[in-house]
Amino acid sequence: MGTMLRLRHNKDLFVLTYGALVAQLCKDYEKDEDVNKYLDKMGYGIGTRLVEDFLARSCVRRCHSYSEITDIIAQVAFKMYLGITPSVTCNNSSRTEFSLILDKNPLVEFVEELPAGRSSLCYCNLLCGIIRGALEMVHLAADVTFLQDRLKGDRVTEIGITFLRKLDEKKYRRKK
Amino acid sequence: MADAALFEFLHTEMVAELWAHHSDPGPGGQKMSLSVLEGMGFRVGQALGERLPQETLAFREEVDILKFLCKDLWVAVFQKQMDSLRTNHQGTYVLQDDSFPLLIRMASGLQYLEEAPKFLAFTCGLLRGTLCILGIKSLVTASVASLPTCKFQVVIQKT
Repeated sequence: MGTMLRLRHNKDLFVLTYGALVAQLCKDYEKDEDVNKYLDKMGYGIGTRLVEDFLARSCVRRCHSYSEITDIIAQVAFKMYLGITPSVTCNNSSRTEFSLILDKNPLVEFVEELPAGRSSLCYCNLLCGIIRGALEMVHLAADVTFLQDRLKGDRVTEIGITFLRKLDEKKYRRKK
Repeated sequence: MADAALFEFLHTEMVAELWAHHSDPGPGGQKMSLSVLEGMGFRVGQALGERLPQETLAFREEVDILKFLCKDLWVAVFQKQMDSLRTNHQGTYVLQDDSFPLLIRMASGLQYLEEAPKFLAFTCGLLRGTLCILGIKSLVTASVASLPTCKFQVVIQKT
């Protein structure tokens, strides 16, 4: 008989569940910023646990710079969990601010536009929380937000990562 | 599988919201409840059902649909088949999974039995939603005697 359902592994299940979650949060919270905050908070919780899963599955070498870490997020983590590889740009000379440019975004595959009256909704805000939570578990503080969003009419979807504390010379995983 | 991991992490986080004691629910916030989780699962089950190829909608008998849930749907969603399917031939089916993936991370045995329903609500809705798209109205409940084994009970509603 074979499998009659053609789901791309489990990604559809995650994407559909995420859509149902966002819809539920929109019912629960009137203000876009509250939904955004809640998505970020949930993402943070996921990120703190996901990082262990990630480190167990990947063979990442120790990083010596924020730039290397951002590359790993884009080329290894995003690829592993979402099947996409955002491109990375560095936005400042001290190399603490980076952008992930998402050309394709599986999370919005079934979303054509933001719901009516939800123009400030950061639909994918879970991702920001996940990155922030994961980085914190390896002792890196960072601000992670959406700088551009295709769903809001921008040309691309861009996630900005700003590392907040200077990485010292030692291997980043060691506690200070 | 990494892809399955993301769904499991999201599901666990959604269930965790049930545990948070909302003494301060925030502006207009509403506690996630079992019925909310079930409702979300229902929507997802419908969406999955809508993605079925046309041939699958030509099931001849009710039991064929249940077998489809146990094999194809379960494999697509949880990478394994249901371990057993029983029926009383009067519209009630019991689907048993001996090692349900969403319960695996919890300790085996009886320790966290009380928490189990929270981890099953979404999946009950998912089953109900897919059945709905296949033209079957049902009530789906789940029970756990000992982790990680659980039983999903599907009662077909005759209109």
